[in-house]
Amino acid sequence: MLELNKDNFDNEVLESDGVVVVDFWSESCDPCLELMPEVEKLAEEYGDKAKFAKLNIKGNRRLAMKQQVMGLPSIVFYVDGEKAEHLSGDDLEPADIEATLNELLG
Amino acid sequence: MSEVYDLLIVGGGPAGLSSAIYGSRSKLKTLVLESKSKMGGQVADYHEMENYPGVVETTAPELVESFEEHAKKFGTEFAKGEVQELELDGFIKTVKTKKGEEYQAKSIVLATGAEPRKLGCEGEAEFKGKGVSYCATCDADFFEDLHVVVVGNGNSAIEEAIYLTKFAAKVTIIVIHEEGKMDAEKLFQERAYANDKIEFVWNSTLKEVKGEGIVETAVLKNVKTGETTELDCDGIFIFIGRVPSTDFLEDTNVQLTEGGYIKADEDMKTTVPGVYAAGDVREKVVRQVVTAAGDGATAAVMAQSYLEAEEHWRDNVLKTDKQVVVAFWNPTQDESLNTLQDIEELGIEADENKKLVKIDTYRNRLITNRYNITKVPTVLIIESGEEVERVENPTEEELAGLLK
Repeated sequence: MLELNKDNFDNEVLESDGVVVVDFWSESCDPCLELMPEVEKLAEEYGDKAKFAKLNIKGNRRLAMKQQVMGLPSIVFYVDGEKAEHLSGDDLEPADIEATLNELLG
Repeated sequence: MSEVYDLLIVGGGPAGLSSAIYGSRSKLKTLVLESKSKMGGQVADYHEMENYPGVVETTAPELVESFEEHAKKFGTEFAKGEVQELELDGFIKTVKTKKGEEYQAKSIVLATGAEPRKLGCEGEAEFKGKGVSYCATCDADFFEDLHVVVVGNGNSAIEEAIYLTKFAAKVTIIVIHEEGKMDAEKLFQERAYANDKIEFVWNSTLKEVKGEGIVETAVLKNVKTGETTELDCDGIFIFIGRVPSTDFLEDTNVQLTEGGYIKADEDMKTTVPGVYAAGDVREKVVRQVVTAAGDGATAAVMAQSYLEAEEHWRDNVLKTDKQVVVAFWNPTQDESLNTLQDIEELGIEADENKKLVKIDTYRNRLITNRYNITKVPTVLIIESGEEVERVENPTEEELAGLLK
């Protein structure tokens, strides 16, 4: 999965066509570490239909907050550079992510 | 599924891991089933750990890691999976996970713990991940130099509020009780009062969360006057207690309280034989790491004595074609000792169709209670697994009659 930071975020996400899935995470967030492998699995499965990326909020806090992400884990979906959906909470299930993804892929 | 575990523990927090240490050290084939990839349960989300006896300097994650290591040392096995369904009828019980894996075990310890309670106010769900949080370690980073509100006044709320002051510029604690009254223990209260970054709003609760995309305002309601006020803030942490994780028990005979906690006695026994409850999931008053560990130890020891008694009974009494003479005795009761000696002298086993089994009522509570043995000595005659005769305080003639 693509690593995002403030240098490539605009280019890779906001100026990107199609669906982009961004996994906001940090090392101190256990539910995030829990979810990451599942998101990676989805990235493999849906890699040809959507772009998958992750953003470690350590050092990128302002960038995350600009995207209105103020809690982890957060999975944010963008369509043609526009924020389309934001899933969050420690009870977030991989199945929820997949369902939203399928909805956005149409 | 060929493997049958002696002890299957659902949940890998302090209660579950403590049970695992005791179980596997007693040579029970033990499995811990944990839904998360990391052990520790609620403790994994804490940081400080100041009151675990004998461990002066540690952190919560460190302590629970050593629990895990300790269990591994004695051979505990670990598997990942969230339990969805339990079949608890019969000696061999089946545990099914959400993903469809099945495990079999002769005894089970339920140590699934609890999860944060939701407040249920307007905007709470909408702003999840956008400033409403239940996990300080997960989200504290976001609130560096900002203002956060903490809702709640128990130990967790006050501890987490103190933790958040390491990041936030200001922490406002919303307390439902009147001024000066909190549910948290005195030590935490004093620390909170002494912290310059912490302020309190008394007699109040969170009524609504508002903001443009992210949390901007906490609408508070005074529970005495009914008045509402708005408080500008950047984040809202909610710590208003926990709810037990027992949804998966709904279709079982494990009895729950109205609040959803598992009913168990001081031996951690639930209403289902061979099934025990330990830790925060059990109905009780004190919920600490050390009490969870204590529960876990008790549950494993009880499970072991259950297994011994049940397997001994099955192998020697139920699975035999012979007529079984069961003598209940108690080492502290002289009369029962005499009777036991008399029975032994009868030489019952000289008859190849008869068998003598002795049950110490003090050690074997399980069978003693199952057959409602209230007096010793008592002699039961069992044929094909069924009780056919019962004699309390047998006379010599009655004993001699056992040989007929």
